[in-house]
Amino acid sequence: MKYMLMFTATAGGQRQWDSMPEEQRSAEYARINQWFERAGARVVGGYELQPEQTATTVRFDGGKPVVTDGPFLEAKETIAGYAIVDVEDLDEALGLAKAWPTGGTVEVRPVIEREGAPAQG
Amino acid sequence: MGNFDLAEELVQEALLEAIQHWPKTGIPDRPGAWLFTTARRKGIDQARRDARYRAKLGLLEGAAVSLDMAEGDDRLRLIFTCCHPALSREAQLALTLRAVAGLTTAEIARAFITSEATIAQRIVRAKRKIVDAGIPYRIPQAADMAERLQEVLAVLYLTFNEGYLATGGDLATRRDLAEDAAWLAGLLVRLMPSEAEVLGLLALMRLHLARNDARFDSAGQLVLLQEQDRRKWDRDRIASAAALLERAAALRRPGPYQLQAAIAASHAEAPSWEETDWNEVVALYDALLALTPSPVVRLNRAIAQWHLGGARVALSEVEATAPELDGYYLFHATRAELLRDLGRGPEAREALERALRLTQNPAERALLQRRLAV
Repeated sequence: MKYMLMFTATAGGQRQWDSMPEEQRSAEYARINQWFERAGARVVGGYELQPEQTATTVRFDGGKPVVTDGPFLEAKETIAGYAIVDVEDLDEALGLAKAWPTGGTVEVRPVIEREGAPAQG
Repeated sequence: MGNFDLAEELVQEALLEAIQHWPKTGIPDRPGAWLFTTARRKGIDQARRDARYRAKLGLLEGAAVSLDMAEGDDRLRLIFTCCHPALSREAQLALTLRAVAGLTTAEIARAFITSEATIAQRIVRAKRKIVDAGIPYRIPQAADMAERLQEVLAVLYLTFNEGYLATGGDLATRRDLAEDAAWLAGLLVRLMPSEAEVLGLLALMRLHLARNDARFDSAGQLVLLQEQDRRKWDRDRIASAAALLERAAALRRPGPYQLQAAIAASHAEAPSWEETDWNEVVALYDALLALTPSPVVRLNRAIAQWHLGGARVALSEVEATAPELDGYYLFHATRAELLRDLGRGPEAREALERALRLTQNPAERALLQRRLAV
């Protein structure tokens, strides 16, 4: 089964990340890389995202697309990155999520796989 | 087998079969887990307080029941799946009562004072999540076992408390969830005989249930532990709980359920309230606090402390929990008792009135009102 692990960041967490000394940040990246190494071939896709200030939203207002600055939700947490994992079941996906090294929250959701569906991973 | 729906269907089929056979063949020599469920589905509500039924259950519990390995594993898979942490607590409760204990949705609805449609929908949603989210139908792996077992025990204890403490509603028409939870814990003990906390939880439930007949007077009013007629306590149940606790202790893996059971056993074994071994009780609370530092445990410890160090010491310990427990009726009720003991009547009254505003339970309200009338 495929799951999407959505890694979220709070505004505070993001600021902390931005103001982190370079060595500390590379140490954090090293831990994240370790996580990906251990997950191995189970990770079939994913990206880290640019912070929410870079987000632009297209909202359909009465069928008409309106472009606005900012993320689509005024939330305390935003998605900082995601990984698509191909695992046996929810327990295995949760096992990977629990091992995520940087803290915050990780939402785990099964993806819908259909024959002929576009965009794998 | 990895399919919850199929597994549940099989369980239900086995139940139907057992229901058809039991009346003809009587209790078999090696009654398996299915038969316990069967016994329950055959109108347990009426039979529950029937002495013959109790004797039969006792027979079953006393017999060295050896569960078929495959059957036992299947039961465990079902329990762990129903109590998976990816399900909401209320879904876990409803699903466990439905699929493991064999209650009908109508019975579960009555127990939680909600509509049958609500429970049915809760169960359907939970099953859908099990399938759609890929919750595995299996016994957790060793690395996850401790955490997952905690989840199961929490579900059983919550079910027990829901029945034992019955937070509102008409008591007479409610199903006795406390007995259901004790039955589930008994099943879990059979399936996992060397898990100390499982033994501890069953012991704890039995110790509470042993006092059941003394908890209410002839007028249906709640009677506090210190005023209960100890001759009404079920000595057999207390003895069986003590034996469970000994088995648990021999495993040398203490935990919060064992400690709570040990505290309850301390009370159960004291000939009178005055003769309670308060040193032991306080020591057990200290051990419990070391494992689970909760303000409610601190409040209970303070009550035990009252009998060792006097009301003044106890009051200051109770008041130290105010920031966390100000909205909890027992905090104010306890404070009231201590203030009264210290001769501070008006303050005691005020505290009782606060407590009264914080509980809906009719039995508890009646008790507080009687205290106010003194």
